[in-house]
Amino acid sequence: MTSMTDLARQDGDAPSRGVRANPLTPWLFLCVPLGLLLVFTLVPVLSMVWYSFTNWDGLDPDVSFVGVKNYQTLLTRPALFQVFFVSLYYVAASFLQMALALYFATLLSFQTRLRNLFKGIIFFPYLVNGVAIGFIFLYVLQPGGTLDRIVALFGGGGRHLWVGDPGLVNWSLAGVSVWRYLGLNFVLFLGAIASIPGSLYEAAELDGANRWQQFRYIILPGIKPIVSLSFILALSGSLSVFEIPYIMTGGANGSKTFVIQTLDLAFKFDKVGLACACAVVLLLFILAMTWVQRRLVPEERVELS
Amino acid sequence: MTVADQVVASSATPPGPPRRVVRGESPAARGRRVAVVGLKYASLVVASLVMVVPLVVVLFTSLKTPEEARSTSPLTPPRDWFNLHNFSVAFVDGRMLQGFVNTTIILAVSVTGTVLIGSMTAYALDRFRFRGRAAVLGSFLLAALVPSVTTQVTTFQIINKLNLYDTRWSAIVLYVGTDIVSIYIFLQMIRAIPVALDEAARIDGAGAWTVYWRIILPNLKPAIATVVIVKGITVYNDFYIPFLYMPDKDLGTISTSLFRFKGPFGSSWEAISAGAILVMVPTLVVFLALQRYIYNGFAAGSVK
Repeated sequence: MTSMTDLARQDGDAPSRGVRANPLTPWLFLCVPLGLLLVFTLVPVLSMVWYSFTNWDGLDPDVSFVGVKNYQTLLTRPALFQVFFVSLYYVAASFLQMALALYFATLLSFQTRLRNLFKGIIFFPYLVNGVAIGFIFLYVLQPGGTLDRIVALFGGGGRHLWVGDPGLVNWSLAGVSVWRYLGLNFVLFLGAIASIPGSLYEAAELDGANRWQQFRYIILPGIKPIVSLSFILALSGSLSVFEIPYIMTGGANGSKTFVIQTLDLAFKFDKVGLACACAVVLLLFILAMTWVQRRLVPEERVELS
Repeated sequence: MTVADQVVASSATPPGPPRRVVRGESPAARGRRVAVVGLKYASLVVASLVMVVPLVVVLFTSLKTPEEARSTSPLTPPRDWFNLHNFSVAFVDGRMLQGFVNTTIILAVSVTGTVLIGSMTAYALDRFRFRGRAAVLGSFLLAALVPSVTTQVTTFQIINKLNLYDTRWSAIVLYVGTDIVSIYIFLQMIRAIPVALDEAARIDGAGAWTVYWRIILPNLKPAIATVVIVKGITVYNDFYIPFLYMPDKDLGTISTSLFRFKGPFGSSWEAISAGAILVMVPTLVVFLALQRYIYNGFAAGSVK
């Protein structure tokens, strides 16, 4: 699989492709896509940057330039900055998610009974509607609900406010997000492992390598690019967590994330300028992550099945 | 052939490492191997339970009467497996029917639009050499890096100015207009279609549009299947765009209609559960029917 960057780079490699018909023809095909790109991506990004330097409230036609004041507010008011710490729960959860995905992908790469059934079960939650997931877990995590009863089966006791207790809520929500997204990482890893040539394992077996050694010296190096890519995606995902906490708690009990706060600032409190500054900070964060990932992951990409 | 048969049949030849052949091993080694295999299946069963139990308790609850839901444990199966009362409540009082209609309309239009836009962009960029081509390719590349959740604050103002707020078109233009991943999937696939096909058609007098419509589009079928599946599931599940841009109750999609259960149904979990199950049934059917395409599609879509 080639990346977008590669496609851009391979410009001159196919001279026969260059049809020199009417020079307007390609633009006729491109005018609608480019128009949409301009109106719904380029203009929003540019105006977001501009508004982040103003005090606009979203309605007032008078917009005044305030310089970096919004950014100062963002960095100096602890209440606004605190949401970054909520991301750390999701970062921790993404470590768990990667480890579990890697474990199950490796297991199911070896001969397993009911392999496709297990694969389907682990992947299916990724396809489920986010609102449905939110409600399912609000029900399961009720005090005295399903989870408490299961905990009781194993000798634990009591009723827990899984999403009501500020000390527990972020762990619960991060857990739900592992439940939801594990399947995607798992399937990506499974595909990457499947593309490792079988002859490598045969050679290793002849040399007497055990399963752990096969994992350590064949599978892990073989899927390293996809693991590091998934890791960066999971990290930038942790910063832009939105759906699960918004649906389940609305950001209450200390579960407010950066994106929930940004959207609240813009649409509840009419502080569009400040919200834009938040969005710019998030965008810069994610761009930096992507840049790091492009540096870390070597040029040759993994072939997925 | 039932689903279970398919699962068994298709698991006959797993890819990846071959099965280990063990000859003449000692009893101790054999015992260790059995223990490892036991642990492997135990961990798979535990993971499956974690994945499935939340869905099953919600299914149980959706089939219970309100009184039964309050008095029994969520882990107890319903007394009457065919008590569909909650589903009719969710469908009618919960406006899920309306939600399905709106979602279907938005989904059909935006998936068709995405396929046309993506394939036209790929055709223009791959089959023509023109001034500004690199700039166009570069701007799509850059746009792919911008997560749309960050730009909603200002996108909202644009939707407002275009008078699309609180119409189905707001969701449709955003789904069609900000999907760079589909363009990228088409760009990859179109390179595999031999240029000789275009040239043969051109010699026969076909214009650019005919080549696109008669040659390129039919040959892009695998990419179209991927985009339709990935985009279809994404649109079906999307919550934020309809929530933000279509607050009108008559414009509820399945996500927003279900989200609005929160108020009126408050703590009547049997109705909420029925709503959640209703939303999941189409997903499950599509997943069972198209498993292979779905796995490959999401793998292609998420590694851009």
